[in-house]
Amino acid sequence: MFVLVEMVDTVRIPPWQFERKLNDSIAEELNKKLANKVVYNVGLCICLFDITKLEDAYVFPGDGASHTKVHFRYVVFHPFLDEILIGKIKGCSPEGVHVSLGFFDDILIPPESLQQPAKFDETEQVWVWEYETEEGAHDLYMDTGEEIRFRVVDESFVDTSPTGPSSAEAASSSEELPKKEAPYTLVGSISEPGLGLLSWWTSN
Amino acid sequence: MQHGRPRVPCGAHTEAESSAAVAQREAVPFQRLRTTKQRRHGSVYQLLTDLKEQRKESGKNKPSAGQQNLNSITYETLKYISKTPCRNQSPEIVQEFLTAMKSHKLTKAEKLQLLNHRPMTAVEIQLMVEESEERLTEEQIEALLHTVTSILPAGPEGEQSKSASSDAVMEEDPA
Repeated sequence: MFVLVEMVDTVRIPPWQFERKLNDSIAEELNKKLANKVVYNVGLCICLFDITKLEDAYVFPGDGASHTKVHFRYVVFHPFLDEILIGKIKGCSPEGVHVSLGFFDDILIPPESLQQPAKFDETEQVWVWEYETEEGAHDLYMDTGEEIRFRVVDESFVDTSPTGPSSAEAASSSEELPKKEAPYTLVGSISEPGLGLLSWWTSN
Repeated sequence: MQHGRPRVPCGAHTEAESSAAVAQREAVPFQRLRTTKQRRHGSVYQLLTDLKEQRKESGKNKPSAGQQNLNSITYETLKYISKTPCRNQSPEIVQEFLTAMKSHKLTKAEKLQLLNHRPMTAVEIQLMVEESEERLTEEQIEALLHTVTSILPAGPEGEQSKSASSDAVMEEDPA
């Protein structure tokens, strides 16, 4: 679920940091810029892994800061498709089951990917798997906080970078205003044996 | 970007505060070269623990302004990984495991998932190994399970009895 991504960036170090070691300042700047952020089509950045190469640093006229081109590797959360993950149920809604990993929340298991037959219990606001046995159907509730194992079946990145003022895309930006879209979402599935709440599959 | 991002310093987390931080995450434009290899949870765990130690030492004498993002993400990620069986894996164990896996002819992704999840039932193996019915016989699955459980150390659940952890206790099971 974690990958190393090689990246290149130019890092600006202000003069009052010159007393420190360059590598330390750069590591701090990179973590400040990237940690806990989603990079479009890359994934959710966790922390700096290492710096692989530092190019020459430049000081430009009118600015006392140094600018250094840095090659580095970053730890990024980006599960591959079909990977199995374990998370906790954050809540249920008619759109499906929302799952959280703690550090990453934007995971949805849509109704058609639940164990079938499934129904949504309107009164309790919870999804139920109507598991059939010889003695009749068992209702298996998917309560909030339960641990759930699921397969990643799809991912989507949304470019949430700000658009210029009154640009040509005024229509699309007005849609975005009421609700802030998640930049990176995963779609999960539990429609296979072994998937779903961990308690469903532990044999006692 | 105008969004005031409420950030919580590491150590002073509550569930609600940190999820607010996650919800307000935003995208940053970035230039990327290429993605390299998949990391095991275990190796990320090691890295984050080291980082935490390092920051503990250096953090005392200087202010870590602007590092709240790093604090919250490392805190949450560590919390997640420390609940998986990977927290007890060392490079030596992984090496031994991969050597033992050579005979099973699995892909890298499959081995990675075996490492990350440490499956204990056949149904879990079927999830992680593609087309396991055709590729593996029942005996092979049994052998695989045996290798996995014997080489890889048990996760936190194994030690759960002595530490009163807050994990939800498993109840009902189907059939």
